[in-house]
Amino acid sequence: MLLIAVTLAVLPFALAQVGTAWVRITNYAVLYILLALGLNIVVGFAGLLDLGYIAFYAVGAYTYALLASPQFGLHLPFWIILPIGALVAAFFGVILGAPTLKLRGDYLAIVTLGFGEIIRVFLNNLSRPVNITNGPQGIGGIDPFRVGEFSFAAPQSVLGLELSGPIKYYYLLLAMLLVIIVVNLRLQNSRIGRAWEAIREDEIAARASGIDTTRIKLLAFAMGATFGGVAGGMFSAIQSFISPESFVLVESVMVLSMVVLGGMGNIWGVILGALLLSFVPEILRWTVEPAQMALFGRMLIEPEVIRMLLFGLALVLVMLFRPAGLLPSAVRQRELTERHG
Amino acid sequence: MAMDTFLQQLVNGLTAGSVYAVVALGYTMVYGIIQLINFAHGEVVMIGAMVAFSLITALAPAGLPPLAVLLIGTGCAIPVCALVGYSMERFAYRPLRGAPRLAPLITAIGISIILQHLAMLVWSRNVLAFPQILETTTYMLGGTAITNVQIAIIAVCFAMMAGLALLVYRTPLGTAMRATAQNPQVAGLMGIDTNRVIAATFVIGAALGAVAGVLFGTYYGVAQYTMGSVLGLKAFSAAVLGGIGNIPGAMLGGLLLGLVEALGAGYIGDFTDLCQYGVFAGTLEACKDGGNFVLAGSNYQDVFAFLVLILVLVFRPSGLLGERVGDRA
Amino acid sequence: MKNPNLRTTLLLAALGAAFPLCAQTLEVKIGHVAPLTGGIAHLGKDNENGARLAVEEANAAKIKIGGKDVRFSLVAEDDQADPKVGTTVAQKLVDQKVVGVVGHLNSGTSIPASPIYNGAGIPVISGSATNPKLTEQGFKTQFRVVGRDDQQGPAIARYLATNRKPKVVAVIDDATAYGEGIANEVEKTLKAQKINVLPREKGTDKTTDWKAVLTKLRGRNPDAVFYGGMDATGGLLLKQARELGMKAVFTFGDGACTDKMKELAGAAADGLLCSQAGIPPQAADRKFTAAYKKRFKADPILYAPFTYDGTNLLIEAMRKADSTDPKKYLPTLQKLSYMGATGQIQFDGKGDRRDAEMTIFSMNKGNLEPIAIIKSGKTIAYADFIKGAAGGAAKGKK
Repeated sequence: MLLIAVTLAVLPFALAQVGTAWVRITNYAVLYILLALGLNIVVGFAGLLDLGYIAFYAVGAYTYALLASPQFGLHLPFWIILPIGALVAAFFGVILGAPTLKLRGDYLAIVTLGFGEIIRVFLNNLSRPVNITNGPQGIGGIDPFRVGEFSFAAPQSVLGLELSGPIKYYYLLLAMLLVIIVVNLRLQNSRIGRAWEAIREDEIAARASGIDTTRIKLLAFAMGATFGGVAGGMFSAIQSFISPESFVLVESVMVLSMVVLGGMGNIWGVILGALLLSFVPEILRWTVEPAQMALFGRMLIEPEVIRMLLFGLALVLVMLFRPAGLLPSAVRQRELTERHG
Repeated sequence: MAMDTFLQQLVNGLTAGSVYAVVALGYTMVYGIIQLINFAHGEVVMIGAMVAFSLITALAPAGLPPLAVLLIGTGCAIPVCALVGYSMERFAYRPLRGAPRLAPLITAIGISIILQHLAMLVWSRNVLAFPQILETTTYMLGGTAITNVQIAIIAVCFAMMAGLALLVYRTPLGTAMRATAQNPQVAGLMGIDTNRVIAATFVIGAALGAVAGVLFGTYYGVAQYTMGSVLGLKAFSAAVLGGIGNIPGAMLGGLLLGLVEALGAGYIGDFTDLCQYGVFAGTLEACKDGGNFVLAGSNYQDVFAFLVLILVLVFRPSGLLGERVGDRA
Repeated sequence: MKNPNLRTTLLLAALGAAFPLCAQTLEVKIGHVAPLTGGIAHLGKDNENGARLAVEEANAAKIKIGGKDVRFSLVAEDDQADPKVGTTVAQKLVDQKVVGVVGHLNSGTSIPASPIYNGAGIPVISGSATNPKLTEQGFKTQFRVVGRDDQQGPAIARYLATNRKPKVVAVIDDATAYGEGIANEVEKTLKAQKINVLPREKGTDKTTDWKAVLTKLRGRNPDAVFYGGMDATGGLLLKQARELGMKAVFTFGDGACTDKMKELAGAAADGLLCSQAGIPPQAADRKFTAAYKKRFKADPILYAPFTYDGTNLLIEAMRKADSTDPKKYLPTLQKLSYMGATGQIQFDGKGDRRDAEMTIFSMNKGNLEPIAIIKSGKTIAYADFIKGAAGGAAKGKK
């Protein structure tokens, strides 16, 4: 345990030796982990297949952008905006979840997909008649996180150590991640967590034993959405520019792949899945690109295409051979490998 | 003038809707029999269009009559798509027959991604222009333009539906399909090879998808590896609108959705232009000098399909003509 | 010649000992970023080729800076047209201590990357990013050698207004940053000329069925239609408009000013008007086009002359300031006046190119032909511009 803690603490400096770019890549990976953990609550704990999860990421990102950028001239501090973002996302979680309560699994999936797309189209078009989101042009010049004079984007020297912007964000993200992991663990073992499990296994039986399935399902959507919203706010600040292009359906599928591959319902599995799939593009660029250049003298298949093919294959193969994921949650394992009739 | 515009929108909507309808037939058949949204069906349609494109491009210089080229193109697209459909079912869905609903759905998403990118490798990312081999004759009914291609598409669509209905209600295979859809266990007990029936359903659905792909490519003149996903989602919404598992329902749903999209894009902007309502015209800055303050216009036409889907599922989940799905234990 | 190798080695050693300074070369890295994979990879490669040609020519010219020989190398990166990757790649270049960057290709990746370069004080020149916001952020390190959308839009709009005198114009865009941006500029300019502009219609960058929107517009009888978007959707728009019997003049921005329009719309493409930022490839300096062809065995596609000029600007500024330190050569770059393959280049206070040219094209029997150049608000017929440019090119040199 101590070893892991020390590694995590020293990691950014080690990476910075190779290049600050790797710290940035790690930061984006942590954002994906946050998203995967959020989706895990909806899909893994409560068994609701949400294919439009990225909408909550978008809501959180735009809430931050609207309150801390030249768009409206507002520059609220992040410790006020992030909770607001979380609440707004939770609100959207409830209104998007409400119509889906009575739907069967596949209909639920496609309706949530529809909602995800609807949100993206709205974000893309709210530049007229009144300019709210600046449409496809996106919002730029987003404020970094600031506490008084201390800005997370500016490089500075502390105790002889070079802290670049990305390194500072890394520690903040790490702290956020730890908090969310703790929250997840507590949720899983709480009454709510068990209620989710009950609904996932057999909804009718759950209702029969007195669980208010409506409330519990909405709670799953809301909680999952909150994590997405917070991650979205951080994304806004780190990239300093957001546009609807970053919140397309493919991203929802990506996060779902991370949850499925890692192990639905298993917090550590989901983290593993997110880490693996986040670093795949970089790994591919390091291995596949030079290999193809050496063998063929040119790129036969672009790394981006290989990446997508691998994702698709991962989804299919995982479902065929190891449906509970790489690190299965014991309960899920039992449920998914059992064959009915 | 306004009547011409309205009639024109109807023509546009019916044609686009016909394409949706043929694709929707594929979704509805598969869902009817195994309660699975075959997310990858849109990609099958895309592959049909691409194969037809390759063939038509290869044959175009040969100087054959255009109809023959089209038929050959379709004739080659159908077996390829049928193979894809069969493989999907046999290797990815069949092993998951008893698994909880989440599993085949996720598999379908995975297959959709794989097919899309394989198509991209074969046919490149670019928009491919179909060779213009058909003579497009436009008939003007008053101020409304309708082309021979549009008439043909609507006709083919009805023919497909009729053919499928014939298959499902008049042939032994059709009876077997209906029986399996209603209750797979009992059907098996009655001597029906449910595996074969389900495989046949996928193959027929894929064949219809191939035809839809050729229709799309001929009508719009383009094909691209991404065309399947949006088309697929809209067609699925159409199938749900009409009543999932219901063949006339898929037809109706497709045509209706086409009309809703065309009329919506054509008229919503006008209805939501606040400047025409006296209440606002005086107060809104933008309304001065004959300006507009449009709340929602053609920019939202992409989401009509989803809105329709959500409304149907919330208020009338069994669709307009009622669903025909068996009970799944 | 008992032992030739030994003799040669001794000779070289003697030479080497006599000229110790010869061994000192300054290795200087210049970065270039563009999408090298994905939908516009061919344009990305074209950009990279332009920059590479400039670097290789500079090395051949054996430039000396600060008394030392300089060897330039191009660090070429792929940003996949994705802002996330763009920021990561920008960081990579900063980490590698490049002295300057040419790129990115898209505005969507240039804008989020610019604060990273600015924070490190590294000058960056874009040869193709046309979104006005790029140089409005107040970064002293951000430059571009191509015109902006808020210059291109008004240019094509004014040409349309003056030459076709439409009374009613419809404006459509594809709801992307580029399409909406240029459509907004066109609408603003047309309205300023008191032309009636119909309410904006929109599609997406994947729309295949435009008939609903076109039918609605047909009912309003526009004389001209402007579409802000790419050729993949623009071609279909034009084809379907003619199928519906619309007679309006169709006008496009640089995204749909390509040969693909002919492929997609067929005969319907004839008579279309479109604009491109900067001078057309065929008007670029002949020396550049010949050198490019020789090196890469292909014609430059679109923005290669601009990245070529951008790279040369960096090199020239370093040479003039006699330093490769960005802090030292940046002021020189800001004041530089240079004759490049795309004409005379000077930057204004924001980093934009002064008097950037725009070209207006028309599709004639399946061929996209330039018909006019717009410069400093004046319209010059293309034939006249070529005559003038030939004279100017003979005078100006690197």
